[in-house]
Amino acid sequence: MENLKSSASSQKHERLVIELTGVNKWYGDFQALVDINMSVRRSERVVVCGPSGSGKSTMIRCINRLEVHQRGRIVVDGIELTDNLKNIEAIRSEVGMVFQSFNLFPHMPVIDNLTLAPMLVRKMPKKDAEELAMQYLERVQIPEQAFKYPGQLSGGQQQRVAIARSLCMQPKIMLFDEPTSALDPEMIKEVLDVMIELAEDGMTMIVVTHEMGFAKTVADTMVFMDAGEIVESADPSKFFTAPDNPRTKLFLSQILTH
Amino acid sequence: MVDIQSKRTPPPVAERVPAIRWVRDNFFSSAWNTLLTILIVFVLFEAVPAFFEWGVLNAVWGAQDHTSCRSEEAGACWAVIAEKHRPMLFGLFPYEEHWRLLVALIIFISVICITLSRRFWNVKILAPLWIANLGICSLLMWGGLFGLPYVDTQQWGGLPLTMVLFTGTVVFGMPVAVLLALGRRSHMPGIKATCVTFIECMRGVPLITILFVAVNVFPLFLPQGLEFDVMVRVMVGMAIFFACYQAEVIRGGLQAITRGQYEAAEALGLGYWQMMIRIILPQALRVCLPGIVNHIIAAFKNTSYVLIIGLFDILSATTAVMQDPLWRLFTIEAYLFVALVYFIFCFALSKYSQNVERWLDEGRR
Repeated sequence: MENLKSSASSQKHERLVIELTGVNKWYGDFQALVDINMSVRRSERVVVCGPSGSGKSTMIRCINRLEVHQRGRIVVDGIELTDNLKNIEAIRSEVGMVFQSFNLFPHMPVIDNLTLAPMLVRKMPKKDAEELAMQYLERVQIPEQAFKYPGQLSGGQQQRVAIARSLCMQPKIMLFDEPTSALDPEMIKEVLDVMIELAEDGMTMIVVTHEMGFAKTVADTMVFMDAGEIVESADPSKFFTAPDNPRTKLFLSQILTH
Repeated sequence: MVDIQSKRTPPPVAERVPAIRWVRDNFFSSAWNTLLTILIVFVLFEAVPAFFEWGVLNAVWGAQDHTSCRSEEAGACWAVIAEKHRPMLFGLFPYEEHWRLLVALIIFISVICITLSRRFWNVKILAPLWIANLGICSLLMWGGLFGLPYVDTQQWGGLPLTMVLFTGTVVFGMPVAVLLALGRRSHMPGIKATCVTFIECMRGVPLITILFVAVNVFPLFLPQGLEFDVMVRVMVGMAIFFACYQAEVIRGGLQAITRGQYEAAEALGLGYWQMMIRIILPQALRVCLPGIVNHIIAAFKNTSYVLIIGLFDILSATTAVMQDPLWRLFTIEAYLFVALVYFIFCFALSKYSQNVERWLDEGRR
């Protein structure tokens, strides 16, 4: 707990907020994650790419315990992920997550989607939660949609609401699991713009995406995964121009030339 | 009228179908359809005028006594209802105290109507209203205070008994149903096994058996001196039976909710109950609302099973009343009246559930 308090102020870039050490995961006999080692510093932006089925989503879903790893250690913001429910809930309220399929709550208006968790988890008074929600809706540029239901919004708008919903918990870390993969092409940019702005504000982010233009713009670190392993981890200038591993080269040539 | 500048045109005017073509399309489109039409028209032709003649034209609406119903040309004897409606509606309850039941019934049904309308969905209104309602209705039915003579639950009967059993069943049964449905989907093996066993055992037994056990067998296992009112035991039996069926309906609704909804709620840090109450259940119950209402309507009619344990609900009270040798020829009319009462309640429930579905669809695609 001592560490938690001091971390915000001093030595921002030194402190590791996420640490994965020798993480392994199996689905039955299938090994989905193989000895994953990764660390993320405060305000670092990590972009994870790789072919489908390579374990990218599984890895980031382990970080907020939507998936359970079977071996290794995951430490988030100084708290190790174990079966301890208190720890899991503590970590989840610090880690925001944005999904490929938005997963907004369709039975409540946008504003309630945003205020729900702050009120229930953070015990924030309704008025404050609504103020906070409107603030974040303005930031993702759709305050006028506050009283509509998610089903009445376009995909791009829904994903921006989903981002705002996560931000309302004022998380220290944001995880993005292919946030633009389910969107029509003309809506991808509006979501990426919001994410770029978030990155500029210093949010610690792990983003699983195939948007290489976005990756080049915001990433501090590029991670390439294949068959459950981290094959290569490098800063973007090196990653895109001179990757070490032939598998990375092959993947990049496939994704960048189409 | 068409704007040459634009290629947009107004939608085509709906085509008016001539009556003859409409009849041909809907009643005589094929040999099989034609046959069915003729058959149905024939049956209606035979049945409707005959029923009308019996039930309206030749009916005896009011009579000094049963003899006017017995004449050769008399049709339905609705006079039997005027004569016997009080013991039918109020059962064995002391005759001169029937006004208490009538007042209780009016209050109870009004409160239910208020509760069901959206305008009053506010704990500050509903909580005191229900406390007052239950207090007043219990006082009226039991009595024993303010000079009202005490009436034992064994003497409760008729429509008030039906209402008490029905609301008790639904009010106690629904939360249990939700818990059972959640338990059956729990990841904890102990809870899951308990819920599965409970549901399967209770569903595998007829309601009559459960009532019989609740009334006659259950007291044998209680320690000496501890005794529950028979009404409570019956209500608990019915609520549990109702809950087991309802749990399976709700489980179907829960299965319709995508994994993404659970994950989004979990990722926001919501605990299990917060997630279930705010995110999952509202959606799941919406999905299976027609099935839920179906079972609620069934529960309303299942109250008539109390006949076998010696309680007189509206149906068994009618059966008992119709033993009267002077009037027993006209049992059918009495039963039709009871059927109408059941129908009014069930139809209102069904209409109400359609309204709820419409409210829940508001503002959504």
